[in-house]
Amino acid sequence: MLKEAEIRTFVDGTTNYFEVSGRQPATVGSPYLVTDGRPGTYEYTGVIGISGARKGIVYFTAPRGMLTVLLMRMQETDCSEETILDLVGEVANTISGNARRDFGKSFVISVPTVVAHNPEKVTPPHARCYVIPINWRAHSAKLVVCLE
Amino acid sequence: MMDTSAQQSKKLMIVDDSNIIRRRIERSQQIDRLEVVGAAANGRDAVDLFRRTQPDVVTMDLTMPEMDGIECVEKLVAINPKVLILVVSALADKATAVEAIEKGANGFLCKPFTDRQLNDALEELLRDA
Repeated sequence: MLKEAEIRTFVDGTTNYFEVSGRQPATVGSPYLVTDGRPGTYEYTGVIGISGARKGIVYFTAPRGMLTVLLMRMQETDCSEETILDLVGEVANTISGNARRDFGKSFVISVPTVVAHNPEKVTPPHARCYVIPINWRAHSAKLVVCLE
Repeated sequence: MMDTSAQQSKKLMIVDDSNIIRRRIERSQQIDRLEVVGAAANGRDAVDLFRRTQPDVVTMDLTMPEMDGIECVEKLVAINPKVLILVVSALADKATAVEAIEKGANGFLCKPFTDRQLNDALEELLRDA
């Protein structure tokens, strides 16, 4: 179960990522709880396994359109499938790693696993997940936090 | 007049499992003062590359497969105590930054970063060179 302040950590991390890397702040909607273990995905998903004091996963999922624009804002000219997958993993890694500012060193993050076009491969470890909706430059994405 | 810029440039090795981050570092303004001698996507490859290319400066991610960045920093410093290492990582807790510095890193840049922050961090590192 996540506390409100803990959810705030991920909201702030998401906002900061888009503001710094995308050079334009994202609008983050009200986080909501999903209890059926199916928080949903877009085309591309970067999944970070969490171990240590907390256990579960954090994933960032977004459509190709958003990721392509984000790459362009980062002055990246290669928008191949490989680079899109690299980016979605890097976003998940950065937001999860930044969470250690509040969670501390015992919040251990894995290297990212990336999934494309196959939502069945993204399986939260338990039914209760918090979803943070993200809107950026007419695109929608989400950060899903599923921690014990 | 003889061009001495090549002689003055420092050799840089970039260690990060993200191609995007590696290319961003290669695009840094400070890159004029650096010669990129190689890039590695994990700590193990970085140690091998370090031995072969003997860079003066290293940018180092921390969360990587095979061997993490903290262990890699320790190994690189054991090989060459004079190497300058800038850790570039998303791990934002103070304890990790302190540990990296204790193992021998010279600076810490937290992801995400702007081009200016990267430039400033590399400039500060090169000031010590």
